[in-house]
Amino acid sequence: MYTFEYHQPDSIEAAIELRTEAEDAIYLAGGQTLIPTLKQRLAAPSDVIDLAGVPGLTGIKVEKDRVIIGAMTRHAHVAASAEVAKAIPALAHLASEIGDAQVRNRGTLGGSVANSDPSADYPAAVIGLGATIQTNRRSIAADDYFKDLFETALAASELIKSIEFPIPKRAAYCKFPNPASRYAVVGVFVADFGGKFRVGVTGAGPCAFRIGALEAALSKKLDPAQVDNIEIEYDRFNSDLHASAEYRANLVRVMAKRAITALITG
Amino acid sequence: MSDTGIGKSVKRREDLRFITGRGRYTDDINQPNQTFAVFLRSPYPRARIVSVDPSGAAEVEGVVGVFTGKDLAADKLGDLPCGWLVKSKDGSDMKVGPHPPLAVDVVNYVGEPYGVVIAETLAAARDGAEVVVTEFEELDATVSLASAMDSAQIHANVPRNLCYDWALGDAAATDAAFERAAHLTTLEFSNNRLIPNAMEPRAAVASYDASTEEFNLITTSQNPHLERLILSAFVQLAPEHKLRITAPDVGGGFGSKIFVYPEETTAAWAARRIGRPVKWTADRSESFLTDAHGRDHLTKAELALDKDGVFLGLRVKTRANLGAYLSTFASSVPTFLYGTLLAGQYRTPAIYVEVEGVYTNTAPVDAYRGAGRPEATYVIERIVETAARELGVDPAELRRRNFIPPDAFPYQTPVALEYDTGNYGASLDKALAQAQYSSFADRRAASERRGKKRGIGLSCYIEACGLAPSQLAIQLGAGVGLYESGEVRVNPTGNVTVFTGSHSHGQGHETTFAQIVSDKLGIPFENVEVVHGDTGRVEFGLGTYGSRSLAVGGSALIKATDKVIAKGKRIAAHMMDAPLDSIDFTEGAFSARTSNQKLTFGEVAFAAYVPSNYPTDLEPGLSEKAFYDPKNFTFPAGTHIAEVEVDPETGVVDVLSFVAVDDFGHVINPMIVEGQVHGGIAQGIGQALLEHGIYDETGQLITGSYMDYCMPRADDMPSFIVDTTVTPCTHNPLGVKGCGEAGAIGAPAAVMNAVTHALGVVDVAMPATPERVWRALRGA
Repeated sequence: MYTFEYHQPDSIEAAIELRTEAEDAIYLAGGQTLIPTLKQRLAAPSDVIDLAGVPGLTGIKVEKDRVIIGAMTRHAHVAASAEVAKAIPALAHLASEIGDAQVRNRGTLGGSVANSDPSADYPAAVIGLGATIQTNRRSIAADDYFKDLFETALAASELIKSIEFPIPKRAAYCKFPNPASRYAVVGVFVADFGGKFRVGVTGAGPCAFRIGALEAALSKKLDPAQVDNIEIEYDRFNSDLHASAEYRANLVRVMAKRAITALITG
Repeated sequence: MSDTGIGKSVKRREDLRFITGRGRYTDDINQPNQTFAVFLRSPYPRARIVSVDPSGAAEVEGVVGVFTGKDLAADKLGDLPCGWLVKSKDGSDMKVGPHPPLAVDVVNYVGEPYGVVIAETLAAARDGAEVVVTEFEELDATVSLASAMDSAQIHANVPRNLCYDWALGDAAATDAAFERAAHLTTLEFSNNRLIPNAMEPRAAVASYDASTEEFNLITTSQNPHLERLILSAFVQLAPEHKLRITAPDVGGGFGSKIFVYPEETTAAWAARRIGRPVKWTADRSESFLTDAHGRDHLTKAELALDKDGVFLGLRVKTRANLGAYLSTFASSVPTFLYGTLLAGQYRTPAIYVEVEGVYTNTAPVDAYRGAGRPEATYVIERIVETAARELGVDPAELRRRNFIPPDAFPYQTPVALEYDTGNYGASLDKALAQAQYSSFADRRAASERRGKKRGIGLSCYIEACGLAPSQLAIQLGAGVGLYESGEVRVNPTGNVTVFTGSHSHGQGHETTFAQIVSDKLGIPFENVEVVHGDTGRVEFGLGTYGSRSLAVGGSALIKATDKVIAKGKRIAAHMMDAPLDSIDFTEGAFSARTSNQKLTFGEVAFAAYVPSNYPTDLEPGLSEKAFYDPKNFTFPAGTHIAEVEVDPETGVVDVLSFVAVDDFGHVINPMIVEGQVHGGIAQGIGQALLEHGIYDETGQLITGSYMDYCMPRADDMPSFIVDTTVTPCTHNPLGVKGCGEAGAIGAPAAVMNAVTHALGVVDVAMPATPERVWRALRGA
């Protein structure tokens, strides 16, 4: 680790001010990506702004049609939440499969979504549920949020406060974990909003994305076999030592089918 | 028999400190005025070092010194030697590329150290290392094993990168066998490169006392005396009597801590150079890059059978990756620990094996849990299973037809070894029963109904433990003896301190050795303390590797204990005024058959140190040493059976059950043995399905962290079914064979036989990753 200034701001405003004024500052949420990166000296921020003590960034609130989760809420908290399990069980299930117990105890929703790792789990739910990302400045629709590999619509100092997940009629998440890291090689989140479907995919491409053709097909007929009727373009899919783009395309199909089956059978 | 004696599952006494965080590992140890070392490492697989400019580092606060390979060379430090001379077919010696502790002119693998920065703190050493400016001239590198002999020459004295072209067996007889064959089975496959991943990384705390000229090197070694010998006799760091090496608690090694490495050597040298203690602990990235890797073979194997499925001959041609330099025992692993095992459990009358040991610009490859025997077992058990499938014979039946029968021992194989004992049919039968082999078809049908593919695979392995005997091994090129030393020091009050040249890095010697000595002396288990891992306290030792500790080190202790008892009898005879030949020693007491007199072990021990009523011709004291040089290897063997289910949609292999029936001879502590078997199986399943050290075509290690190198975890494993059969070793006093490597030796072939059985294909390369399995099913 290189030396840096460490800050513990006590408000969102103070955090943003620090981020704006410092030469090369970075927010620390759960640190599950940032801390290993710092320890390997792969990043050298001038300032690290720890959000752990900032009030108003944690907690789960369920409203009539949506679940609002604070950005600093830990994965373990979401996984264990009875409210989330009741409103959107697929979301609690997704959180319970992130990394391992240590990661879930430290990692946060906001950290994961802000980082937009191509193989993180949460982005599949953000896309698949059509969530809204609430920042200190604005509301960003999921479809406008993920831009590319580790790239989002967030401006430099912009801070995610919470994420609002619309409550679907039913939903399911199916993940193929990387055997080494347990990140998603591919994860597919399918949600049914009363006959209108959304399908969010993580792991396969540079960032999470929807499969519009499958959504349309499912809206006509809810059947896992619909996956066989669509094309999965994999030209831009990730390809690495764990999975080629072609194999990832297969996994998108298989995970989509399994998610649809799980959604149907509950 | 007491509940702590031989054969009892005594809880490991060392575990209390290990599991409560009170172990004392090298990195836990600090010396006054200590400095920290960070190594300068090559970012290239092969490059010329044009210049090293340390001036930037000198300006970093806290940096004490920057040294390079030239500084060590100027001090006339010798190369790191390879301890086993292998000769090529034509009788010529293997070709050894120079291996200075720190690279001087050329670096030959990514991560190779060429310099060291020493500073007051670890952070300052890191900062210093980052600002050392090194100019490299990149050279063509040889990375691929397949094309290594037609690629850039790494060492000036090694044409075609061929270290040796070794062979064993009777080529003519094997050719003749193939001419008579009714059936031929041929397989070509690889044995994947593995990275050891001991839980504790390598570390060293070195100090030097200028007034006595003594070095004190505390380090993560499986064999501190051997390290001392090499650092003295070959590297010429210091004479042996001025060099103390201590290996305190060591957190796993799997072979990787047998070897003498650049970093520990350099730390010791630097401690003298700067006149202050030097500490170095590898980080996990360094462990991946520089701990000696394992396996990495390319093999073509052919099995000739007659019309009845009887094996006539086996022909094997292997190319083994040795990495950029010959590590301490690298040359012996794909030769004497591999070719000699190719008879397996079978009566194959003619065997011929050729091995090309080649250099590549990758980390050195050396012994890793099993060391040559897993590779040999993989060859035999994959080809035997394949032959059975081709012939339409049950694989268990084909094996049974070819087993060396129990009445044929001692059995001389065509590849040098003489097996002393075994009963291969017994372990096969027991394993088949445990695995419910006969009802497999029902389970397969059930899997098919769920859209899954199920397979079952056998592996009837043999291994050779406790390399021996010394004279033969030395004739065959070994640079050291293969005996072990032990000392049983009876204290005046009758408790015992045991010194062993074996070294525990997780195996539980403190418990097992205390069991055998206390059992033999009839004294409480608690009254025996075991000391190991310190050249300053233990007379000599060759350390722990090759599952040798109990069979060789334990036998030395038995021998020393026998001497203690023999001397005790003389003392007791005198004290009881009875003839020596009338004295018995049982259950901790000396008794005279000629009277009803009895003396406890403690009373005799006390008399030895307070010799009032004592034989005049006998030295006082009761402490005996022994060296035990085994007559032969021991030959554990057994049958492992894996049952797997494959998800054809994703290619995921689920190991549903794993049965291991092993013949380890007599077992001292069944719980410890079972733990050793579990660990070995986990690593064997890891090799088959998960683990793979991969260099890309540019020579970079792309599996250099746990994000990419897949270590086996508990949820990758089924609950193992472990059982034993017993044919006691015929030539050591305990009748024991060794259990540390069996799991890693037997498991890969069992799993891969099951995977290929499930898929209905001839081969899938290890590790059978989901994508590989998925492609195999698609025929692509």
